[in-house]
Amino acid sequence: MQSSDKKQNQGDSRRDFLKKSSLITAIALTPSVAVKAAESQADERFAELFEKIPLNLTVNNKPYTTSIEPRVTLLDYLREELHLTGTKKGCDHGQCGACTVHVDGERVNSCLSLAVMNEGKKVTTIEGLANGEELHPMQAAFIKHDGFQCGYCTPGQIMSAVACVNEGHTGSRAEISEYMSGNICRCGAYPNIVDAIVEVSKGGVKA
Amino acid sequence: MRNQILKDENDRVDGIYKVTGKAKYFAEYELPGLTYGVLVTSTITKGKITSLDTKAAEKAPGVISVLSHLNKPSAPAYEQEGGPALKIFYTDKIFFNGQPIAIVVANTFERATYAASLVKATYAKESFNTDFEKAVSDASSKKLQGQPDYKRGVEDAYKTAEVSIEEEYHLPIETHNPMELHGIIADWRPNNQVTVYAKTQGVKATQGTIANVFKIPIENIQVNSEFVGGGFGMALRTWPLEIATVMASKHISKPVKVVITRMQMFTMVGNRPAAVQTIGLGAKKDGTLTGITHRAFGETSVYENFTEGVVNMAKFMYQCDNVNTQYSVVPVDLGVPIWMRGPGEATGAFALESAIDEMAHALDMDPLVFRTKNDPEKDQQRNKPFSDKNIKEAYRVGAQKIGWSERKNKHGSLVDGQWKMGYGVSIGVFNANRGRASVKGILKADGSLVLQSATSDIGPGTGTGMTLIASKLLGIPVDRIKFELGDSSLPPAPSQGGSATLSTVGSAVNDVCVSLKSTVAELAANANMDATSNFVDVLKKNNLPSIEVTKQSQAGKEREEFSMYSFSIHFVKVKVHSLTGVVKVDKIVSVGDSGTIVSPKTARSQMVGGAVGGVGMALTEESIIDHRYGRYINNNFADYHVPVNADIPEIEVHFINKPDPHINPMGAKGMGEIALIGFSAAVANAVFNATGKRIRTLPITPDKILA
Repeated sequence: MQSSDKKQNQGDSRRDFLKKSSLITAIALTPSVAVKAAESQADERFAELFEKIPLNLTVNNKPYTTSIEPRVTLLDYLREELHLTGTKKGCDHGQCGACTVHVDGERVNSCLSLAVMNEGKKVTTIEGLANGEELHPMQAAFIKHDGFQCGYCTPGQIMSAVACVNEGHTGSRAEISEYMSGNICRCGAYPNIVDAIVEVSKGGVKA
Repeated sequence: MRNQILKDENDRVDGIYKVTGKAKYFAEYELPGLTYGVLVTSTITKGKITSLDTKAAEKAPGVISVLSHLNKPSAPAYEQEGGPALKIFYTDKIFFNGQPIAIVVANTFERATYAASLVKATYAKESFNTDFEKAVSDASSKKLQGQPDYKRGVEDAYKTAEVSIEEEYHLPIETHNPMELHGIIADWRPNNQVTVYAKTQGVKATQGTIANVFKIPIENIQVNSEFVGGGFGMALRTWPLEIATVMASKHISKPVKVVITRMQMFTMVGNRPAAVQTIGLGAKKDGTLTGITHRAFGETSVYENFTEGVVNMAKFMYQCDNVNTQYSVVPVDLGVPIWMRGPGEATGAFALESAIDEMAHALDMDPLVFRTKNDPEKDQQRNKPFSDKNIKEAYRVGAQKIGWSERKNKHGSLVDGQWKMGYGVSIGVFNANRGRASVKGILKADGSLVLQSATSDIGPGTGTGMTLIASKLLGIPVDRIKFELGDSSLPPAPSQGGSATLSTVGSAVNDVCVSLKSTVAELAANANMDATSNFVDVLKKNNLPSIEVTKQSQAGKEREEFSMYSFSIHFVKVKVHSLTGVVKVDKIVSVGDSGTIVSPKTARSQMVGGAVGGVGMALTEESIIDHRYGRYINNNFADYHVPVNADIPEIEVHFINKPDPHINPMGAKGMGEIALIGFSAAVANAVFNATGKRIRTLPITPDKILA
């Protein structure tokens, strides 16, 4: 713990120094200097060298190799870097489930997982659920049973629902409700979501 | 893919985008050079900023700019006297805890977030009060008239009635909490051309607000808001944080995206205001209501006033010759409230509908019998007939579906092990609004129809409803119709609020379709074709690739002749655990009496959603403030409990589904509000029936049951 704190402090002072040196390079000590430093991409070059770490992972069967700041969550990496915006940010605290994705086949709140923790892992998002043009049965069932209104929690609900079926937690409506309670729907589509999962778990709804 | 999936014409037209992740919400647009803004917020509740140190933030990696009242980024309307008290970045005054005081813009979200933590403010603090209940009971606190007093017959007639009750009801602050976080992307380009991607219930309203603040022509502003991740009222205005984002984009000449945090959703974008209400009811021993008095205090802010229809329902919902109401608002040092689903009517209905149940109990009558007995023949407030009302039928349908005959009038009679069972009923009512809207229709020779209007869809299924109206009128299959919305350049429509969209925009869709139909008939006649010819053949024969028409539609004299309302009846069966005081809602039956049901699948979902919201309002939702600091202490989804899947039982929805002959061409009335209005009282009434405990302070938590 102590050593990592030390490292952190060093990182801070180095960053501070770098920022100052970029100020010096820019000569004029006006408030707009900071703007120039950012625009000259100096921060990017320094960050690339000192602050980012390499990451290899597979998202929707496609391999990605990148380098990334360790503080970036898997959720923000998916949304802001890969532009896979189907995965939603609803709370950033693992309390709402809107960001649910599958990591190595298990449902995970991507806002509680740093991107760098997923080295070598296989991530599936809502965009990777359909088989080409053919919807996943759960997607079709959500349409059929109107398992949403505004649609914002929907990708997370569907990813959770698929996992719920795979986990075998579909013995009863009550069991489904219990195992879907990590995914909040403020529009209140819960009974319809359960209807969709019941139908899929019984092997119905062919897309 | 689309055709394959839309097996049922009632499926949501945008469902395919929502289940595949392709639906783009405001924060999901990719703009070249996009930057990220993070708001710095006040850590005191009232006072003035004395210093703001932004140096550390400015030199943090990736930071492009830090804006605050110190550098007053350009906003011409704010440079003038007058206008709102909270002119963001043009005042050093603090009106509430969590007020945005600066915005840090950086080239990544993480960098902006870190840099925002480096901004340091010092303040001159002033004493404050965030405790609404304290302000209500404090005789010296400011109280403002929220609505003119109303009186019909004798004031406070309940006091001299054969049987009378007088009770006080308390509602806490609730927070809308749509799943999508609020925010905006603003892209200010040269020559004052502005494009925003907004989370708004009204693209035209957002456009107008930006035009006013920045004093640029409305045509310069393009507002896009195709998909909105829920609103429930909180996106009915353009908030200071959105203005701050536009300012930032103008200042740095780059697109800026702001997505606020869930914690900030409690402070920056409004709440359902707290309320304290007194209801007095008087009746004859035979159950005839002889007096209704409804007095209410609602919460407002010190810097901007907010009022809503808390006491509306008491004026017309029951046959009664003596009615008086009073509504005052009491300012506290919190962010200004905003309408939340059902708005003030839902607040008022909790009190009135609980009191009606209390009176039935006092009379030893079945509440349904008491309600039916006092069902009004006409609207006594306006002295007009109702355009359409089927309350008695709705009571009958609901009672049968919930199994009302199992209910015992004596509370505590139904026991199942450690659980006590009870049944409750309530009514919800909301003005059946119809505003003015324009729709453009483009009928194409390829057999398709495009409809356009600058309306919104925050979730109810606007596009689906409009498509079904057009499909029915023109005989075009739903998958050949596209309804475009959420774009300020389309023909104008009002904001999506007050349950008015289907009635308002739907009427314009109706008028456009009728007009297109007659144009096709004229073209057919010109080409010597049969009047019943298919429009595709008619257009082709006339060598026309398409025909288009734009229609504006609004209500007429019918609104002067009739009183127009949507109604809902909520039946609830609860079980209450005798040792822990836990309340479980066991079954819900909601009956909608809102005219023709245009879109059965989405209408049902809207009623289900209202019931779910009602369960939250009744049992769990409460935004709690530590009044020593003026801060919300449960400002997240772990501590502010919205219902989750396991909280919700089977929900049955039934519709009377008879056209209102006067409201609009479809005979259809809005449903968004009535789905929730009154629901919390049905739960409270059921809890009373189960336990004999009358809980008059929401939410109905176990501690109150056991107290």
